[in-house]
Amino acid sequence: MSHRPLNLEESASYNRHVIEYIHLAAERGVYDIRGLGAKRQLPTLDDLVFLTASASRYPLEGYREKCETKTVLGHHRAERPVELEIPITIAGMSFGSLSANTKEAIGRAATEIGTSTTTGDGGMTPEERESSKTLVYQCLPSRYGFNPEDVLKADAIEVVLGQGAKPGGGGMLLGQKISPRVAGMRTLPEGIDQRSACRHPDWTGPDDLVIKIEELREITDWQIPIYVKLGATRVKDDVKLAVKAGADVVVMDGMQGGTAATQQVFIEHSGIPTLPAIRLAREALEEMRVSEQVQLIVSGGIRTGADVAKALALGADAVSIGQGVLMALGCNGSHWADNGELVDATAEYAQLGVQPGYCHHCQSGLCPVGITTQDEQLEKRLDPAWGARRLKNYLQVMNMELTTLARACGKSNVHHLEPEDLVALTVEAAAMAKVPLAGTDWIPGERGHG
Amino acid sequence: MASVGEEIILDLQKQSLREVNRSLHENSPSLAGQSIQILHPAGHHSVAAGVNVAAHIEVQGHVGYYAAGMTRQATITIDGNAGCGLAENMMSGQVRVKGNASTCAGATAHGGLLIIEGNAASRCGISLKGADIVVGGSVGHMSGFMAQAGRLVVCGDAGHGLGDSLYEAVIYVRGELYGLGADAQQQDMTDEDVAQLERLLAAAEFSHKPQEFKRIGSARTLYHWNPDADLEY
Repeated sequence: MSHRPLNLEESASYNRHVIEYIHLAAERGVYDIRGLGAKRQLPTLDDLVFLTASASRYPLEGYREKCETKTVLGHHRAERPVELEIPITIAGMSFGSLSANTKEAIGRAATEIGTSTTTGDGGMTPEERESSKTLVYQCLPSRYGFNPEDVLKADAIEVVLGQGAKPGGGGMLLGQKISPRVAGMRTLPEGIDQRSACRHPDWTGPDDLVIKIEELREITDWQIPIYVKLGATRVKDDVKLAVKAGADVVVMDGMQGGTAATQQVFIEHSGIPTLPAIRLAREALEEMRVSEQVQLIVSGGIRTGADVAKALALGADAVSIGQGVLMALGCNGSHWADNGELVDATAEYAQLGVQPGYCHHCQSGLCPVGITTQDEQLEKRLDPAWGARRLKNYLQVMNMELTTLARACGKSNVHHLEPEDLVALTVEAAAMAKVPLAGTDWIPGERGHG
Repeated sequence: MASVGEEIILDLQKQSLREVNRSLHENSPSLAGQSIQILHPAGHHSVAAGVNVAAHIEVQGHVGYYAAGMTRQATITIDGNAGCGLAENMMSGQVRVKGNASTCAGATAHGGLLIIEGNAASRCGISLKGADIVVGGSVGHMSGFMAQAGRLVVCGDAGHGLGDSLYEAVIYVRGELYGLGADAQQQDMTDEDVAQLERLLAAAEFSHKPQEFKRIGSARTLYHWNPDADLEY
């Protein structure tokens, strides 16, 4: 019997990943839940480059000439606006999804470098309040752990309407992470799979949100700014409604934004990328003529100083980072530090069916490097001082990269970066960012440009 | 802040809401044990929001959204109807509404006692986190949605979807049930239920007997994510 030649022609529609998905769905009858953000290829800020100075523009001297990074948020209404040394803030991540040590490390680093950090679903822990000079307190649909005592300790309140990883969906915290402390803070039984609501319990639309924000202002005696966080979907409409509702700061989270745990179908198939979201959000503020009153924070896939610079040039007043923070603390690294000694964690990654660099198992509570866990032994793997030092270094590098690019564009203030400083490397990025395709003056979709 | 005899008067016809609330917040230490009248609320939102003092506050008229929101310690009586989110996230003390309450009364309330002498609209006690609510009349649909802890006592009827996705909160209904939500079930009354109902009805000054009520609790089938939960997820 003669053998046919081996034919390995793979179907584009039903490739090995799709077949594996169908096999697993058929075998288990449940969908995938995972952490972090979208893994698919998306248009990103990498598709833009700066037109730094040459003969037509005058650059500032490298790391010597002053380049201002100070950032003030919520100054229009609040008696105590948020004042930051750098325009890079820490995104909301919950105690529950993260360990208490991790929250403390984040707070310490943010304080040292002069930026804000943010609570998350599950309330405010004493560790993060004490370690964070500037702490933004999230008001989420679940209201887990939300109370007036902590409202009055906050430096700003962020009303969360959505999240880039799962706009329109609520969070999930699986039972293995509902430790006695987490359960107590959330008023839930220990060990259950906890679902966070997807909409707020005491208002149902933007007209109600006006009144809700006013209530928060009354409770805080108009002292602190009120942020509104949105997952990037119908960006222009949503930003305008948030502003109309009274937001001092709009936080726009693109689809690359991370999560502690949600359905994979949400992460990969809902919302729009950060790149177009920035420009749409800025346009909404400009059309409402509130650019001087309302600040824009952008998040979702901001990884480097270049990303920060591009986001600011496209219209952000500041950015917010989450996944990068975790990675600075050792997420997806092969080792953790025990009193300065590096300890190999690849065996624990293997138990999760993964290797360092590929892990997204935040939902499991079995984080090999002790970040996204409530396990008493695992959480000891992140020493807050060690983590804070690494995170501070990362923030410092991002800020130096930001000012390097700003100076090269001739800006003495990072907030002076503008779309005119950028061109796009792909037609898609040019259309989304509304900057010309490199080497042309063509902005796809712009009137007169075809 | 005017004072007539032993009573402190705050008048929303003469002062802004901001002035009234700030006055209640900033003067908290000296207001303990005092009687305070808030006049002419005229449907204002956020009346007495964020109060944190063991004072007796009477609001003379109808209020809008979020009256007594996030309140602590105070005993607040509203002589009228209340809008959406009455006593939302209340932590302790007592709030009594002599009229009806709109949607989401007592939403996410952690502690204290909320009494609504009339009816409450939909989502009464939504995401309740430990407070007790007693409603003299009926409640609208989806009341007790995702309620985590505490008690909701309904002396009248309850609309459809009652107790949907309940956690450990318990609901007592004296009248008709128009339908239970996912994972809510009628359960046998225990001696503990009777004792708690007696206490709450007495505190609310209602004369019904505990034995007239039905107990609704969680079947706890949604506590763990699984594919056999009739696609409730």
